[in-house]
Amino acid sequence: MSDHRAEHADAWSERPTDAATGAAAAGGAAESGELPAPAPAAAAHGAVTPADAADAARLVSFGLQPKLLPARDVEYADLLRRYREEPAFARLADAVATGLGLVVLEVSTRAGMAVSAGEDSVFAVRMGDYARRASADSADRFLHGLAHLAVAALAFPRPEDLADDGYIGRITVNGVDAFVRQACRRLEERADEQGENTDPATEAPGLEAAWRIYARRSATGATKDARRLAGSTTGIVGKAVAFLTESGFLHRTGDDAGGAYRTTARYQLQVRDMAGSAAMAELLELGVVPVTDGTPTLVPPSDADDLELTAEAGLPFHA
Amino acid sequence: MTSPASTEFVPPQLSAGPRPAQGPAADEGLARRLRALACTAPLHDLDVRKANLAGEYSVYAMAEIALAAIDLVTLNMDFDTGADHEQIVARLLPRVAAQAPDRPLAEHERVARWVLENLINVGSVDRGFRAVYGTFGPDGAYVRRDYDFKLIEEVPGYGGSVYLRTTDEAVNVLVGALDTDVTSAQIAAEVKLEVLISRGRLADAQLAAEQARYRTVQYAETLRRTLEATRRNVRAVDWLNAVPDMIAEALDHVADRYRHENAILTNIRKARDEAVEPEHKRRAAELVDIVKDCIRRHTQLQSRLLDAGPLFRAEQDRQAFATPTARAGLDLYGQLVAPLLPLPVEQAIRVTDAFFAHGAGLRTPVSVRVGDLVDILLTPPLEREHLGAEMPEPDLIATPDDSRFSEEQLASAMELLDLPHDAPRRLSGLLADARRRDPELPYLVALLAVHAASPPVGTAYRQGEKQLLFAVDDGTELDDPEFGGADLIVGMALLDAAGMSADRTEAA
Repeated sequence: MSDHRAEHADAWSERPTDAATGAAAAGGAAESGELPAPAPAAAAHGAVTPADAADAARLVSFGLQPKLLPARDVEYADLLRRYREEPAFARLADAVATGLGLVVLEVSTRAGMAVSAGEDSVFAVRMGDYARRASADSADRFLHGLAHLAVAALAFPRPEDLADDGYIGRITVNGVDAFVRQACRRLEERADEQGENTDPATEAPGLEAAWRIYARRSATGATKDARRLAGSTTGIVGKAVAFLTESGFLHRTGDDAGGAYRTTARYQLQVRDMAGSAAMAELLELGVVPVTDGTPTLVPPSDADDLELTAEAGLPFHA
Repeated sequence: MTSPASTEFVPPQLSAGPRPAQGPAADEGLARRLRALACTAPLHDLDVRKANLAGEYSVYAMAEIALAAIDLVTLNMDFDTGADHEQIVARLLPRVAAQAPDRPLAEHERVARWVLENLINVGSVDRGFRAVYGTFGPDGAYVRRDYDFKLIEEVPGYGGSVYLRTTDEAVNVLVGALDTDVTSAQIAAEVKLEVLISRGRLADAQLAAEQARYRTVQYAETLRRTLEATRRNVRAVDWLNAVPDMIAEALDHVADRYRHENAILTNIRKARDEAVEPEHKRRAAELVDIVKDCIRRHTQLQSRLLDAGPLFRAEQDRQAFATPTARAGLDLYGQLVAPLLPLPVEQAIRVTDAFFAHGAGLRTPVSVRVGDLVDILLTPPLEREHLGAEMPEPDLIATPDDSRFSEEQLASAMELLDLPHDAPRRLSGLLADARRRDPELPYLVALLAVHAASPPVGTAYRQGEKQLLFAVDDGTELDDPEFGGADLIVGMALLDAAGMSADRTEAA
């Protein structure tokens, strides 16, 4: 257990440098950045009583229970109303959250008090605690991270979906796995076309292309007790969605295709304002600048092409 | 195992044979052959490692069992799922048993499972194999590379079950055509099949037909993966060129093969019916089954292809015709996942780590009180219920027998109605006979006779009955103290069950 902890502390040592860029890019950071100034202002007003502070802390504690819905709890709903109607109370609650190392993403009736853990907060989730193997094996660590990214990418397949507050994404575990596999397969085909030898050099496993790590891992496996094989890709994706469900980001809707889930408003906020931009900043730092002009990567075929396709599709079988 | 397709297979690397491999171009052929060679290694390895098993297992030919297992999985692979693990083990058993007939069944099963698990390579986390080979880089430097491959992989099936599929590598190793184009190889195999049939060489024809089926399975597998991607995300697939081309190609292929295989089917049926030697007849019958299976697979493929167009349009409606939002969002796939995957893993991991750290949400830390801890530690562990709740013993009540007629009466009536086929009788006579045996019997006889007025001929044929009771009304009035109506003529008709059943199989 102790060497395990040492591992992950080591693995995270490079974080503080990235934290600056990550937090600056995060949308929610703008709000929290103003906080130190308003807090004394509220005090100067003379209106803050210990009871107010208790209420503000209570609101934040509601926010720390991500599965709790404001619509189901009268006290939560009351405090939210108070947050919106009393600017002084709002600043107080924000200050409590910031003091606890939390970033306020949004406060609304649909998402509740949506807070997210700051970089060094006690509430932050560390990869080593999330998956035991991940701290020892960099391939596993990558796969767990990629699973989370892939779940978000499939839940919000288009930029419009991520931007639209009313959008609800639907995913299945097998769907996520198959989608990443397909992306890997296309890269493999492309490498084959270019006659590239993608087999990595034995001495430098770190130079192996990321897609190969995923493609190599088996999708599933039989286990003695009929549970999902933890090391398989569906096992890893299954773990990710189960964890996100615990975080109040996903709702389980059924058992088809390895488990079906829908997204919550909180997940959209988290991905849009925190995770997406943090990962993006990291990618830019690596010198990879994904160029898009805002249009989808695929141009839909014109109507004429579409009709032609249908006609062709039926042709041999009408004869 | 030799392949008919391999006769046309001229390895391009042979031309580079005498020269030492220097550049990457010359090396490529060598690398390809090394990889092909690596795929056979797990099979040889089985025979080497059987000595390490606890027990005396040298009598079993493990490589043979392994090849048979790959064969079975390939043939049982469906379009949607794969082959069932238990089924494969069960089908392997006869071969294993044949290798050591005097050993116990449990050992046979253990061997079959051992081979299958080793082909999946259950012990490793990737469930795959790795071979190391060396190539010369463009700068002349010698680089050792890892080649990762699988032979049998486990895929998720319906309802959380796990199925087996053979990988492309395994199919290639098995078929023996290591570097041939799928489509052209199939055409070659089928042309050969036709020739073989026309010359009456059925043993070779069967081999060729089986090869054709492997090709078909391989083709369907490629298509399945592409169609699946289309269902998931319209944007992930090139619907402008690649997919329509692929669909057109696949439909051409299906139409072509369908025509082709129907022609073959007609030919083999003729061969089967005309064959005098029982061995030939059996082989031809097997061949009919194989070709029918090919046709079934084609039909399945075709229905998937026809679904593709409507599916694409529905998805496009949903994605392209909604009101656009004012805010510009991040394109998670296009801007994060897609650029990330080609990166070396040591760089990609920084991006996924950042996403995980900011996207996994928060956890409230658990604080433990010593008092609780003592309680928790002292609580005895809960017995896990393996069998679920106990089933209550069902309380069975004997229902009173309220049938109007007894079994003996029915037997007696049937005996009475078991008429010779050339001597039908009047109902009045039958009723009089029945009345002499038992006063209740005429009712049963009358009932059976009325039923026979509209006999279930089709059902009788389908069940292969040899004869059938029938009744005809010729207008004569029934003169009986208890019954009224027509005095039916009751007789027994003979059915040509054998002929019908032969027709039926032919039609199927």
